[in-house]
Amino acid sequence: MIKTDLKTLTVHAAADMLAAKEISSVELCNAYIERIEEVDPKVKAFLKFDKEDILKRAVDADTRRADAKELSPYDGIPIGIKDCIVTAEQTCSCASKLLENVVSPYDSTVVARLKAKGFIPTGRLNMDEFAMGSSCENSAFQKTANPWDLNRVPGGSSGGSAACVAAGEVPVSLGSDTGGSIRQPAAFCGVVGLKPTYGRVSRYGLVAFASSLDQIGPLSHDVLDSAIILDTIGGVDPKDSTSLPEPCKGFADALKGLEDKDLSGVKIGLPKEYFDTEGITEGVRKGLDATIATLKKLGAEIIEVSLPHTKYAVSVYYIIATAEASANLARFDGVRYGVRKDAGDLIATYFKSRGEGFGDEVQRRILLGTYVLSSGYYDAYYLRAQKVRTLIRRDFEEAAKKCDILLTPVTTAPAFEFGAKSDPLQMYLSDIFTIALNLSGACGISLPAGISEANGMPVGIQFIASPLEEEKLLKIARIFELNRDQKEFAPKL
Amino acid sequence: MSDNGQIDVGYVAGLARLELDPETKVKLQKDMEGILAYIEQLEELDVSGIEPTAHAALLTNVIREDVAEESFPRATMLANAPAEIDEELIKVAQVLPGEGMS
Repeated sequence: MIKTDLKTLTVHAAADMLAAKEISSVELCNAYIERIEEVDPKVKAFLKFDKEDILKRAVDADTRRADAKELSPYDGIPIGIKDCIVTAEQTCSCASKLLENVVSPYDSTVVARLKAKGFIPTGRLNMDEFAMGSSCENSAFQKTANPWDLNRVPGGSSGGSAACVAAGEVPVSLGSDTGGSIRQPAAFCGVVGLKPTYGRVSRYGLVAFASSLDQIGPLSHDVLDSAIILDTIGGVDPKDSTSLPEPCKGFADALKGLEDKDLSGVKIGLPKEYFDTEGITEGVRKGLDATIATLKKLGAEIIEVSLPHTKYAVSVYYIIATAEASANLARFDGVRYGVRKDAGDLIATYFKSRGEGFGDEVQRRILLGTYVLSSGYYDAYYLRAQKVRTLIRRDFEEAAKKCDILLTPVTTAPAFEFGAKSDPLQMYLSDIFTIALNLSGACGISLPAGISEANGMPVGIQFIASPLEEEKLLKIARIFELNRDQKEFAPKL
Repeated sequence: MSDNGQIDVGYVAGLARLELDPETKVKLQKDMEGILAYIEQLEELDVSGIEPTAHAALLTNVIREDVAEESFPRATMLANAPAEIDEELIKVAQVLPGEGMS
């Protein structure tokens, strides 16, 4: 198998090759391992990587297939896992010094479901510490580089998850999305990123950042692969009381036979507040224009819609997300697991362990969250933000009455260079196009739409659909993907 | 929200059990003031009569059977503990001030 194939090899194509016995799981995994060993010293997507475990699982998969007992068509295909989603007997540090070397005794529901279909959890992927950040620069351990330009960030917080797929180190990965942490790095790295409806995918075994916003989803080369992974990991889970009872199956089947389909009868809304945002670069504009042209050519009707409370989304998000984070991260005290810094009595040990264990951004958000929840400020900040969250949710409900899905930018600009955004507020404001979706609970997908002429970096666009409307979202995204001008996005690396 | 800028990072860090060195404290004080000044924009909205949204999933209480399940072996859980005693207990610092225990 030639190495260059790996850069764009999809899960479904790998499954076809395995079924046709053109390749074994061991050969497939060895090719990826070679690729990781070749490029990851530059990309630095992986925090940990257990070659022996991967090959052992690949041998098992090949044995099952030889006996016609494969667990699924995907038995023996590797998948990268973000370092905040636990895999049994592997470390889970959330890219934090405080949890360095903590080993999970159990599988998250998503990893258990992937294993049940024969997917091979491959490595631990770098991220912003505790998923707080938009560039992966907040990892306590290493800076992941964008495979398209090693001087640029891969986005965040699921930066490792996006970079490893773009670099062809694994065919697909899992990330988590609290305010855009799947969709933004997907856009920066030229891959597909799906944020499912809140509750579609169990959060059991996902280290909590903001529980009312967090959702796990796939990063992949194409829309079909994201559907395959959603089919595998989604659905109600008794271990997560917020998981939705609605069936979460059949999305991949729904995408079959769309090759000659168009979008006639489909109404696509462009939220004017998103398109009127200052600072959208020419590269992103051109990507949007090209997308709109393709959608029109396919017969879709394009209309303007309004999401009037857009400008408040960043404020609402950074109150609610930090409030929830300050409560969720209270458990990390250096007592039962993680790094403890002894300082005499118990309280002093808490202070020192948390003071030295958490990085700057995590401390900043814990402080903000603690403040907005503190006595005397709760009504003014947290309660008010929850009320504005209602207004933002209603905006999406009103827009959904006028169209099938929304088309928006993912970011104002393609991936930026390391250190370009040192001011925290500036970094927060860059999340403007992705966070409202988490507040509303809707589903969204980011996919590449072109290359920015100014810097050769990929440009992403985002489709947004109402809660539980993944089938419609994925179908439209798939038809767009099959018909867009540029078919494949792969860095030179 | 009117007394923005009066956030005392040292006090809030105490509530959050975070030890901050003086340099970090100064930096975070400035960061917080900037962020809070931005967030103040929410004041301009009239939210009277609007119900708060606490959660994106419109679910209420979910109840399951109360069934005992297998737990993890003690050794597995202790393997992650920063300090332990006799392979049986997690060792913690003294909780109450006073004489050391023996």
